[in-house]
Amino acid sequence: METETDQIYHLDVGNLLGFNPNHRFPSAPSSREELVKECLEESRKLVQAIANALFNFTSTETNDGPIVQLPPPTTKLPREKHVPRPKPPTKWEEFALKKGIQKRKKDKVVWDEQTDQFKRRHGYDRVNDDNDVPIIEAKATDEPGEDPFAKRLDEKKKRVGKQQKNRLQNLKAAEKAGALPSHVQLAATSLPISGTKSQPKKIGKDELGDVAGLAATSTASGGKFDKKLPGEKAPKKQGKHHKYLPVVAGRGAVNPEKEQTNNVLSKIFSKHSHEILNVGKAINMYNVKKEKKKSGRSDKSGRSDKSGRSDKLKPKKDITKKPANKAK
Amino acid sequence: MMEIRTPKTGKAKRVLEKRAPKLVETGKKTLILHGTKTSATVSSVLMELYRLKKGGAIKYSRRNENIRPFESGGETSLEFFSQKTDCSLFVYGSHTKKRPDNLVLGRMYDHQVYDLIEVGIENFKSLLSFSYDKKFAPHEGTKPFICFTGEGFENVPELKHLKEVLTDLFRGEVVDNLNLTGLDRAYVCSAISPTKVFLTHCALKLKRSGTIVPRMELVEVGPSMDLVIRRNRLPNESLMKEAMRTSKDKPKKKEKNVDQDAVRGKIGKIYMPDQKLDEMHLHDKSKGLKRERKESKLLNEETDSKKKKKSSE
Repeated sequence: METETDQIYHLDVGNLLGFNPNHRFPSAPSSREELVKECLEESRKLVQAIANALFNFTSTETNDGPIVQLPPPTTKLPREKHVPRPKPPTKWEEFALKKGIQKRKKDKVVWDEQTDQFKRRHGYDRVNDDNDVPIIEAKATDEPGEDPFAKRLDEKKKRVGKQQKNRLQNLKAAEKAGALPSHVQLAATSLPISGTKSQPKKIGKDELGDVAGLAATSTASGGKFDKKLPGEKAPKKQGKHHKYLPVVAGRGAVNPEKEQTNNVLSKIFSKHSHEILNVGKAINMYNVKKEKKKSGRSDKSGRSDKSGRSDKLKPKKDITKKPANKAK
Repeated sequence: MMEIRTPKTGKAKRVLEKRAPKLVETGKKTLILHGTKTSATVSSVLMELYRLKKGGAIKYSRRNENIRPFESGGETSLEFFSQKTDCSLFVYGSHTKKRPDNLVLGRMYDHQVYDLIEVGIENFKSLLSFSYDKKFAPHEGTKPFICFTGEGFENVPELKHLKEVLTDLFRGEVVDNLNLTGLDRAYVCSAISPTKVFLTHCALKLKRSGTIVPRMELVEVGPSMDLVIRRNRLPNESLMKEAMRTSKDKPKKKEKNVDQDAVRGKIGKIYMPDQKLDEMHLHDKSKGLKRERKESKLLNEETDSKKKKKSSE
């Protein structure tokens, strides 16, 4: 229903918007409050006009209140994102269009001849499963050494790989047209260095930190005063890690420094104790000497080689010990 | 070498689908942030705007030094944030000596800056300084009325632009059905001079009148301020054409299981679930509803009424 007011006001009921282009505000406002009052009064009229239109629509009653169907908004506002672009047909779709192949709806459950029952088409315990074949009859063209089951697996892998490649090509074409499906992202993985077939290892956060630290040490002040990027952590302490023990022992505690030196000494002794005295060897030598003395007394012939032999039995010089004065 | 990456969880997939471009668009989200320096007025304006737009706004609290909307290189951060938060409207507040209490309202198209308008804030009155009967306080997320008054909005191009931006900002979600009990707020914008706009937020009082249409009354509730137009940047022609392109109406959803025929008329299909004959309830075998009981009850009532009649006689 168009009343006089509608012709003066521009109403957009879909947006609950009202515009009064004819009101002229006084260029010299009387006072702030007067101005505010005037604005509110004019707007009240606009709101009343919109409400008149709204409440005259047919409303359906619900639990929350009367619900009214809003007309579509008339003010043109720019879109937020582009209109979704149509997806280019995939290679199969093009082929199907050319050949006139219609899509047929397939049932989830199919009759299996071998076991007289309905089995699902895809998934666990499916109809005509490729892996379930117990016997494959040999054909005349088969070579004797070939494994037909392995061959089947290979073929399946090849088919799957081909399908993946085709899918990638279709998605690339869609991306070119700007119509990539919203949940798919195409990411370029890193290119391998020419010549190697393996992909370069991805560097982790810790490794990067180590490398950055290494690079920092090459500066004149050893990387201590380098400006840090936001998020970069301070370098880990490089060089020797000293732990100094307290000199004065606490109440009741063992003197830690004394303990430490004791430990060190005992370690040294235990390491080199065999140079100081190899008990087993000493016993052997003593026994042998005794026997020799006994035997030597019985037949004194003064063999020279005996002394030579006894040389072997004498404690050998320690080869690990270096001579005190080296030739400078 | 390319890799196809798809989301591994249903939730991630749904988030991505929500952000995808749609044929018919519903509400825009707003990003509220501020620059290197803000005055008390600007920070309270931003806070209150955020409160008014609670459902569809994201407020950043940190300073952003490298955002300069009107300079060519200063928009990259804004575009990045818009992409991250999926916001296509932004409100950027700052305060400098040259431009005190500055507010830049901007819109994005495909996460690229579409247009900008810069306003200065004067005579700001906060939400808290208004006293009113709390019964009429508007609820969060209700669809507001927007009123523009003044010939300036038609004659002055900057004001026209501001009108469009304010409509976009305050519009909220675009809905088909509206609940008439949920009308409780109105934004009032009046062009008091060719460069100034008085903006305020009011609650609605619906008073009983003789007709179906209630009498509307406005009560000033929320923040009120004067906006002084400073700079603006309109979108370039080609971008505007692309953004204003309206898609054809959404194809009507086919009504399922209904068939119209000239011969048979309108026919509907009903799908029945499997009937488990063993478990069907044929008659209620509870004691109280047995026929004998019912009959005996009726008989008793008759005898009672007869007795009463006799006694009365």
